[in-house]
Formats: sequence, structure tokens, C-alpha cells
Amino acid sequence: MNIKVTERIDILPRHSVLSLGFSLGAGLLAISSIFIIFGVNPLYAIAKIFSGSFGSLYGIKETITKAIPFILIGSGLTLAFRAKFWNIGAESQLLMGAMFGTWVGLNWGPHLPAPVIVPLMFLAGFVGGALWGLIPAILKVKFSINEIITTLMLNYICNEFIKFLIVGPWRGKTKHGFPYTDDLPVSATLSLIPGSRIHYVTLLIALATVITLGIAVYRTRFGYEVRVIGENPDAAKYSGIDFFRTTLIIMIISGGAAGLAGVGEVAGIHHYLSYPESISSGYGFTAIIVAWLAKLNPFNVILSALFFAGILVGGDAIQISLGLPAATVQIFNGTLLFFLIMGDFFLKNRVTLQWREKGN
Amino acid sequence: MEDIIISVAQRTLIAGTPLLLATIGEVICERSGILNLGVEGVMAIGAVTAFIITFTTGNPWLGMIAAIVASALISIIHAFVSITLQASQVVSGLALTMLGLGISGLVGKPYIGKPLAEKMATWPIPVLSDIPIVGVIFFDHSPFFYMAIILALIAWFVLQYTRLGITIRSAGENPRATETQGISVYKIRYWCVIIGGALSGMAGAHLSTSYSKSWIEGMTAGRGWIVIALTIFALWNPMRAMIGAFLFGGIFVMQYLLQPLGISPNLLAMLPYLSTLLVLFIGALYDSRKLNAPAMLAEPYRRGER
Repeated sequence: MNIKVTERIDILPRHSVLSLGFSLGAGLLAISSIFIIFGVNPLYAIAKIFSGSFGSLYGIKETITKAIPFILIGSGLTLAFRAKFWNIGAESQLLMGAMFGTWVGLNWGPHLPAPVIVPLMFLAGFVGGALWGLIPAILKVKFSINEIITTLMLNYICNEFIKFLIVGPWRGKTKHGFPYTDDLPVSATLSLIPGSRIHYVTLLIALATVITLGIAVYRTRFGYEVRVIGENPDAAKYSGIDFFRTTLIIMIISGGAAGLAGVGEVAGIHHYLSYPESISSGYGFTAIIVAWLAKLNPFNVILSALFFAGILVGGDAIQISLGLPAATVQIFNGTLLFFLIMGDFFLKNRVTLQWREKGN
Repeated sequence: MEDIIISVAQRTLIAGTPLLLATIGEVICERSGILNLGVEGVMAIGAVTAFIITFTTGNPWLGMIAAIVASALISIIHAFVSITLQASQVVSGLALTMLGLGISGLVGKPYIGKPLAEKMATWPIPVLSDIPIVGVIFFDHSPFFYMAIILALIAWFVLQYTRLGITIRSAGENPRATETQGISVYKIRYWCVIIGGALSGMAGAHLSTSYSKSWIEGMTAGRGWIVIALTIFALWNPMRAMIGAFLFGGIFVMQYLLQPLGISPNLLAMLPYLSTLLVLFIGALYDSRKLNAPAMLAEPYRRGER
């Protein structure tokens, strides 16, 4: 048998859809076999995941709630990944946003009405995430330090810093010694769609971010520059694109969007700052796959965010009913990511099998 | 005071051992042109496998061998996706980390909170370990430490002075030329990824059966990522990797040393990560252009047909 690989010259839209469908299908099969190895009935588990997330009104509401941070972070990441800036630090950019937002809410909230304090908190969160995102951007462009490592190290540093704050200087006086900050004043919390946990203000900001970034990527000179930097950095230099400036803007947006998500989580759901693991259930990492599944198109992010929010909500459901650890979701994510990039190979190449005599 | 210095020096070498093992692996892998960002996940697989096998058989050596095999096997996924399918090595490595952390969390769950009866025993080297001070610091360790040192020396010698080493390096520098010599670049790269995975697995085994004797989810605690940074710091040289690994071993130990001074343990826990940034920054200041990076690192190679 001989395997022949040739590059596909014309990639049609239906090819993309087909490869995506096959990747997801094959990914689910692979996940099923992992479930079987660990003695879990895969049909039951997968059915449970999707019925947990999309099968009931409660599930759908929870799925939308969890999709909010994915939409914000994922759309910001499409921009960074288009420029081949591997921002793996969205997790801590979110936490920085949560931290800045909480500070503003706690300190200024008691004196200001909601229409003033809420925008201020989001602004602070954006600034927090953007500043945290700027560090790796500057280190990469000015000192050629690999951004994957810097963004990751900043994740660990931020995690420890938040823990330091909540057990130390920021520990709430009303929390009986528990490591949380005090509750945000009512004016600094976000109102919800009745009967759900959907903090619609953040949802609207997220959708506006998607539209803005979608237009920016496809219709503006900035979007063109981002693409050139990613695809052909040499050409970018010769055509007079300001590498430094564009990278900084990319990371201000990408980090800032994650920061907005952080404010949404604190002001919309938790109402106080607590352990990093409870503020974010790995949103920053899963959003990497959200962006990838969306093929780095900001508009598609809405759908892929709902998909992964569904897995997260359904994952909680099977954790409870099957007694699986939280890490199960990571298996899901890692496997799907593998199959998505494998699908790209079959999209870009035509693979044919030829049967031949041995020794030919 | 003397006791403290001896104990700090000895613990520095112990804490640096898993970093050294995994860094040697990543150096070999990257020298062949493949960036493997999956170290954190592969190390977790190694740690959990070693723990489970040691727990059930009571033999840490079997645990270590199982860890090496399991980690080498899971690394093949990265090799297949990034070599055969020429996919983005960055994304593939991230996926491997997620998968490794996920699987280790799933299989390790029943073992949380159950310590091993017996750690990997230390091997005091006869005669040498009787030397005052020096003997305790250098010659009274678990076999992992001696193996890490020996493997670093072997890797350095092979990469630098043997035909095999030249082939591996040329696969990372100029794969097309390597292929014209009648050598399969794919094969070289596959083996380097597998060896890299095996060494990460050994590092994991050290964490769960020697450094501590229990399994906790996420016990790799970012060491896999520090290894990626150490590989750059080592300029892709296993001998320099020793310096980096033990430097960071010292930083891990320093956290506990400084705690009695009343500094917040959370701030101290930042030290290794802050130091990673600092080390990369200093490295970038003084020879950013002369960095020894393999020319074709992370560039997919397509076997020529034309």
C-alpha cells in the first residue's frame, strides 16, 4: 500500500465544513474510546454532556452564562493568533481584570450609582487585562523573548498574587476569616436576566466586541496588518508595518477583552474576589480552542463559544453523575484540539491510497 | 549553620533533578527541529504512572520504567501530528499538555491522599559519600540524580561529537540537506520526540516517587513550562542545562528557606516564575542575536517530492 499526499490547490467552503465535521466526529470517537478505557459508557457520558447543557432551559441558560467569557476571550485571541502571537496568558489577563474591577467596585462603589460605577469597573478591568497583556508584547518585540513562556509565567505569578491579596491585605472583614474580599456594594453588581445567571451587560459587551473585531479583521487596514505580520513577517517589515505598534495594539485588545470577562465574572456572578480557580474555570485556556475551532474568525467565535460552554456545563453534569474529576474536561479539550489541527492537514492536502505490489 | 548549608545544597540538587531530566529531553527534541510544548502534560503522565505502578507493586523501579513507557507513547501523538501531518507544533504541544493533565487527573483521582509505603531509596556512593560535607551534598542521592547527571553528559557528548549527534542537529538546521544524505528526517525527529517524552516521564517519576511520595493533581506545578524556558537558557546544550536546572532547583528550595522570615508564602511561590522571566530577560540582553536556536525549530518539514 502506498499513501500519496498532494497539496490541494483549490480549497472550497464545503471542504472546510466537511473537514470540520469529520474532525469533530473523529474527536468524539477518540474521546469515546478514552471513556471506554476508564470504564465509562461513552454514549451515556456524551449524551449526558449535551443533555446537561442544551437539553433543558436551565442548561441553556447556564451555557449562555459560561459562553460570555469564552466569547470575549476567544474573539480577542483570534486577533493575537492571526498575528501568530501565542497568547497563552488569557487566564491571568482575566484575573487581572477581575482584580482591577473588584478594587474599583469595593472602593468607589459605595459612593457612586450603578450607571457610573459599572462602566468604571469595566474600564478598570480592560486596563488591568491590557497592562498584563502588554508585558509579553513588549518583551517579545523589543527583546525577542518567547511570548508562550512569558504569558504562562505571568499566569502563575498572577495566581499567587491574587491568593496573596485575598488571604492578606484584601481579606474581607465581613467574611469571618475566609479568604475572600468583602461583597461588592449592590450598585457595583450586574443585574441578571430574571431566572438565570446571565449578566446581560457583559453579554452585550461581548457581542459588540465580536462585531467590532470582525469588522476590524476583515475591513480595515489594521486587520490587514495583523494578517501580514502573522503570515509573512518579512513582508510586513518591508511594507512599512510598524511591528511594535501593531503588536501592542493586538495585545491591548486581546488582554483587555479577557479583563472585561474577568469583571463580568466577579460583578455578575461571584460578587467578591476569591481563589483564582473559582473565579475562572480555565476560561483562558479553553478559549484557545474556542478561537481555533472558530478558524480565527471573530464571528464564528459565538458558535464555538457556545459549544465549549456546553461542554463545560455538561462536564459539570457528568462529574456529578459519574463521579469524574474536573480534569475530564481537559481530556475533552485536548483531544478535540488535536483532531481540529489534524483536520487542517486533510483540508490542505489530498491524501490518496494506492494499492501496489510489494517492492514496486 | 553548616547543617543548613549542607541541607540547602543537597535539596537544591534534588529539586533540580526533574528539571534537568526534562530539559535534556527537550534539548534533544528541539535540536532535531521539533518544539514540544507538551512537557507539562507528559511530565504529569509520568508522575501519575510511576505513582500508580509503585503503589500497586511496591517497586519504584517498575514505576519509573512504566512512566518512561507511558510518556514516550503519549509523545508519539505530538510526533505524528507535528511531523507526519506538519501541523502547528505550538497548538499540538498545547493540546498534548491539556490531554496529559486531563488523563493524569482522571487516572490519579483514586490515589489522592494515599502516600507510598516506600520512596525510591537513596544510593549513598561507597567511599565518596563518607567525605565530609561534599559527600553528603553530592554523593548521597536517589538514583534519579545520578542518572540525570550521566544522561546530561551522554546527551552532550552524543550531540556534540558523534555522527548521530550531527545527524540530529542537521535535521534541525537543514532538513532538506539531511534528506539528500539518505537519512530520513521524519525518523530522526520521531525518535527525538519519543526520547524527549521518555525523559519528561522520568522527571515526572522523580516528582511522585522520590521528591515526594504522594500524588496530587497538578503536582508538576508549571515545571514543564520552566523546562521550555531552561532549554532556551541552556542554548540547546545539555551541559548548560545542568547550570540552569540546579539554579532553579535552588530557587524552589529558597521558597521554603525564606518562609520563616515571615514573607507571605504566596509571594515566595512566585519566585520560580519570576526568575524564569528574569533569566530570559538577562539572556535576551546579552546575546539575543547569537542565540544558538536550531534554524528550523518549529518549522514543519515537508518531504520533498519535486
